[in-house]
Amino acid sequence: MVYSQSKYYLALLGLVLSINLKSQSFKEDPGAIHGNFQFDGAYYQKDSAIGADPGSELFRYNAFGNITYTRGGFSAGGRFESYNPPLLGFLSGYKGSGVPYRFARYAHKDIDITVGNYYEQFGSGIVFRAYENRGLLYDNAMDGMRVIFRPKNGITLKGVIGKQRTYFSLSPGTVRGIDGEVNVMELFDSTLGKLKTKVIIGGNFVSKYQQDQDPTLVLPENVAAGSGRFTVIRGGFNFNAEYAFKANDPSYQNHYSYRDGHALIASTSYATNGFSFLLSGKMIDNMSFRSDRNATNTIDMINYLPDFSKFHTYSLMAYYPYATQPNGEIGGSAEIQYKVKKGTWLGGKYGMDITLNGSMFFGTDTTGIPVIKDTANHYKYTTNYGSVGDEYYHDFNIEITKKFTKKLKMTLMYANQFLNQSIVQFNTLDKEEHPDIHSNIGVIDLTWRYKSNSAIRFEGQGYFASYDYKDKKIDPVTNEKNIIGNTGSWVSALVEWTPSTHWSITVADQYNYNNPDITKRVHYYYGMLAYISGPTRISISYGRQRQGIFCAGGVCRFVPASNGLSLSISSSF
Amino acid sequence: MKQLIVISSAIILTLTSFTFNNGGKLPSATVKNLDGTSINSNTFSNDGKPMIISFWATWCKPCKKELDAINEEYAELQKETGVKLIAISIDDARSSGKVVTDVKSKGWTYEVYIDENQDFKRAMNVNNVPHTFLIDGKGEIVWSHNSYAEGDEEILFENVKKLVKGEKISH
Repeated sequence: MVYSQSKYYLALLGLVLSINLKSQSFKEDPGAIHGNFQFDGAYYQKDSAIGADPGSELFRYNAFGNITYTRGGFSAGGRFESYNPPLLGFLSGYKGSGVPYRFARYAHKDIDITVGNYYEQFGSGIVFRAYENRGLLYDNAMDGMRVIFRPKNGITLKGVIGKQRTYFSLSPGTVRGIDGEVNVMELFDSTLGKLKTKVIIGGNFVSKYQQDQDPTLVLPENVAAGSGRFTVIRGGFNFNAEYAFKANDPSYQNHYSYRDGHALIASTSYATNGFSFLLSGKMIDNMSFRSDRNATNTIDMINYLPDFSKFHTYSLMAYYPYATQPNGEIGGSAEIQYKVKKGTWLGGKYGMDITLNGSMFFGTDTTGIPVIKDTANHYKYTTNYGSVGDEYYHDFNIEITKKFTKKLKMTLMYANQFLNQSIVQFNTLDKEEHPDIHSNIGVIDLTWRYKSNSAIRFEGQGYFASYDYKDKKIDPVTNEKNIIGNTGSWVSALVEWTPSTHWSITVADQYNYNNPDITKRVHYYYGMLAYISGPTRISISYGRQRQGIFCAGGVCRFVPASNGLSLSISSSF
Repeated sequence: MKQLIVISSAIILTLTSFTFNNGGKLPSATVKNLDGTSINSNTFSNDGKPMIISFWATWCKPCKKELDAINEEYAELQKETGVKLIAISIDDARSSGKVVTDVKSKGWTYEVYIDENQDFKRAMNVNNVPHTFLIDGKGEIVWSHNSYAEGDEEILFENVKKLVKGEKISH
């Protein structure tokens, strides 16, 4: 289906181009062609010490290239993608090659029209967000048409219709939506322009259609959702909130409950030179919204439910990350950033940055409805909004960055984390295989810039965990202490040498030093050589990659352990 | 066989990209400033003086290192060359609230915009952050650089100075 549409698209593109080519102005301004591409390939090997088994397809790669033609307000382009097969840890449904993304767009003054594929979001995206994250291979691009209209400064109207990308094909459902946003200050620029308070309000309505082919259930074929939002900004203060509603939408993800869905997210911040404070909170109840009610993983998601926990970049800080729970979740985060001034006792010559961050998330407090009382409604459960359910996750952390001299910089970080792994990552109550995890994590990161364009960076990390099996402490079969899913604690060290701004060499080792299974106390060594010039980066790496969890769009995927040689190339022109 | 074709085309594209000059004007995409006002990227200007456009994110360590390193010399560089730095955050709803708090608490004086659904990033063909562009007084993209290593900011400063003097810039 995608390919027959491509033909029409190419014919349309050809027509537009041929009209352009004949015109006199084309000879003066032929337009510009730009693009980018990335290739990540790996040759895997079997490594029984870490449980890495790539199967029979040892060479795998993810590759894409974009090409866009632009001339004035007109642009058109496409993306070729190829995964034969995709790298380990990515959804195998992507296996194949094709041009799943192609578009033509015309924008002039107050109107902006796109045919083909496009990405778009309404408000914060909790009802509708089509986006891509190429590194995670998340792509729910729309295939259809979009119109953006700005009738007046400060007013934006958007309309979208189409189907979402599903691997190299399209979702069985159709999505259509409208959004309006009014920036009050911009709208009344002449009279209110000097007002100190800025107010932005917006709202949207989105509906999806999917045929009911279920022989037993009467499923709603049209499902409506919508949200309202507002932002108020005054001086250093910032407040914004969005509330979303979704009509009954039984799906695989919500166990075919016919209840309505609700989501509320809000955040407020205050920022001034050298000090800031940010508080975010959310309540989500039955808000999984997909264009295919049977979809799993990161496929066919219409909305985006942001996770407010800290986005960690140190690998052991992110060993067990959190992800939004679309079926039900209450929580929030707070962060204070403070810059100790230069010239003070603590600040020294260059000042010192301190960041305090904390987040906590709980399940919603739900009560199951007995099947016999639920035959008419199929609600399955009720939610008590006055209280919260089990704790899902917390992360309290502090980060201090200090520059001692022109040459020496240091970052210290400590975190205390908790993860209710069985619910958050495996959607089960089974603590025997997926125990709760309590951890303390420390990081030291030192950069010594020994010449103006040469530096050595050292990173040391420690992850110290305890695993809680609740009442499943003893394995019922062997009668021994349960150690399933327990990987114990880890330490890691990394040295990165950049002899010049073009080259970088990294060697690293992660050591699972006290895994309760003695045979798994292994070193995960890793080395990488990278060359960078302008927009181009090429790297070759070799080593072991531990198994891990990667989360995108509120869904986590498991990445198996691997060992092998990797090549990455990325560039743009 | 297919794999071989993909790899060899990737290598060929890489080699050709070394010879390509970036060129071209800024494409059109809508971004929002920290007051929530929509701005079209093709209206970015600095009265005939050069501009630096730097793509970053609140969760990107090297991006913040780069912007911190530039910030230490920014006031001086501005005085000398009249350059302006435009910082484009690609944070989405998960962390876009952190953009204003990061910028203020770090004391950056850059012009900051949020590219929440990455439309401008896509239009500029940015693969990964940080990615920094240099735009000359006529609005042409003349140089770009991906990733950050200690010392990259000095190459950027040199290029800004060369651009103001009308000299050829190095890659």
